[in-house]
Amino acid sequence: MALPELEVPVAKIEIAGLYKTFPTRSGMFTALDGISLDIARGNFCTIVGPSGCGKTTLLRILAGLETASAGRAAIAADDPSKPVNAMVFQGDSIFPWMTVWNNAAYGLHMRRAPRAQVNDVVTHYLDRTGLLPFADRYPHQLSGGMKQRVAIARAFATDPEVLLMDEPFSALDEQNRTLLQDELLRIWDEDKKTVVFITHSVDEAVTLGDRIVVMTAQPGRIKTIVEVPFPRPRDVLELRRDPAYGALVFRIWGELRDEVARARRQEAEARE
Amino acid sequence: MRLSLENRDRLIGLASPVLLLLLWEAGSDFGWIDARFFPAPSTIAGTFVHLAGSGELWDNLAASLTRLLFGFVIGGVPALLLGLAMGLYRPVRALVEPLVAATYPIPKSAILPLILLVFGLGEASKIAMVALGVFYPVLINTVAGVLEIDRIHLDVGRNFGAGGWQTFRTIALPGAAPLIMAGVKLGVGLGLILIAIAEMIGAQSGIGYMIWNAWQLMSVDTMFVGLIVIAVLGFAFTWALDELERWLLPWKARG
Repeated sequence: MALPELEVPVAKIEIAGLYKTFPTRSGMFTALDGISLDIARGNFCTIVGPSGCGKTTLLRILAGLETASAGRAAIAADDPSKPVNAMVFQGDSIFPWMTVWNNAAYGLHMRRAPRAQVNDVVTHYLDRTGLLPFADRYPHQLSGGMKQRVAIARAFATDPEVLLMDEPFSALDEQNRTLLQDELLRIWDEDKKTVVFITHSVDEAVTLGDRIVVMTAQPGRIKTIVEVPFPRPRDVLELRRDPAYGALVFRIWGELRDEVARARRQEAEARE
Repeated sequence: MRLSLENRDRLIGLASPVLLLLLWEAGSDFGWIDARFFPAPSTIAGTFVHLAGSGELWDNLAASLTRLLFGFVIGGVPALLLGLAMGLYRPVRALVEPLVAATYPIPKSAILPLILLVFGLGEASKIAMVALGVFYPVLINTVAGVLEIDRIHLDVGRNFGAGGWQTFRTIALPGAAPLIMAGVKLGVGLGLILIAIAEMIGAQSGIGYMIWNAWQLMSVDTMFVGLIVIAVLGFAFTWALDELERWLLPWKARG
């Protein structure tokens, strides 16, 4: 008798037993201590943790900018013609010597995309981020929020398998951050890419994510994973009025509080 | 009428050399200074017109400019490419940096006899002198320029799949461009100094030759014409490079 074929859900991102150690003057430093995590297709996964918990290192390994000391991190490529990932970096990462247009088109130019495609795609994302009237400006003429919009347009324009975001809004003021979160949700809703989004803001993690991975203080391990039940599409302000939102933020803060305290103690000890 | 600060600065900047020339003219005419060593500006102007009319000035100017141009390309282009490679690749930097550090402090004018031995008395030795003068400032500034590029921009290049040549062209070169331009300006200045020195020895043409020849003939006003031509050249190059910079680097915020 033939067995019925089982549908095995293959994760989009598979991280298994991931370790990362750095040599330092006072011995080996363990940044990531056995991280295992599967992220499903189309999932918006946010990662929170105290500073120095290795969350940026995890993202850089996924981006191929760093190698793991042990274990594996793999992104399943559904379409070989697409780039595997595109990253939105923390801080000012757009090229000051390129116009807004050329910055947004950078990934496509590097992939030698045909001109017509570049025109269509870049126009679309600059329009979605409200930057089309500024296409010929240089970054020094833009505000911080506008620069980060360019970085987001640049990442989306390459249509990557996975979008990696490393605290992209941390340098922005509160109002700009809320606006950009709203915009990101709207753009993401178009084709629901798999996203890994690093943040130190619990509010941001709850607002954006389908799942929240809470990490421990150094060495980085996964403390817990929390599913976010709020329906989509979400409106940032409406969501924050929901009492369930406050309850979830409170719960995650509870998970995080001990870790932040531990990170502080470690920092104090390191100073002595 | 109220002048803007900029225009006022410009007027003052124009007035100071004019005032100096007037004082000089008066000093020379009234015998306050020795006219044999410091002929009046009007005398120098007369000699200038004479040299320009006979074509002698233009021949010498053309000879110097040609050598400057060749020297500039021969010294500047390799310096630029080597500088980009040194800035981007640590091993290249480790290999070349000690050589640069050891040879850079040698005064280029002190190498002239060696250059004359190697390249002979012809054009090659003059061009080599200019090339040497341009090479170091362009190289050193290019390396510094690439090293000053924010690491995040190189990460962006890697993340978006930029290859070696694409990284050169889209990140290293434009990112280092402001410091490269500063190096080019320094190089042009040094090139002018060195071409004048090189042409004083074993040359039959050029502004440097004109000055040296005038000394031998005790034709002090011709000497002054040569000095003024060099000064004007320096001024013109600086202006042209500033304009070039404005055009090449529209992304630099200017105060």
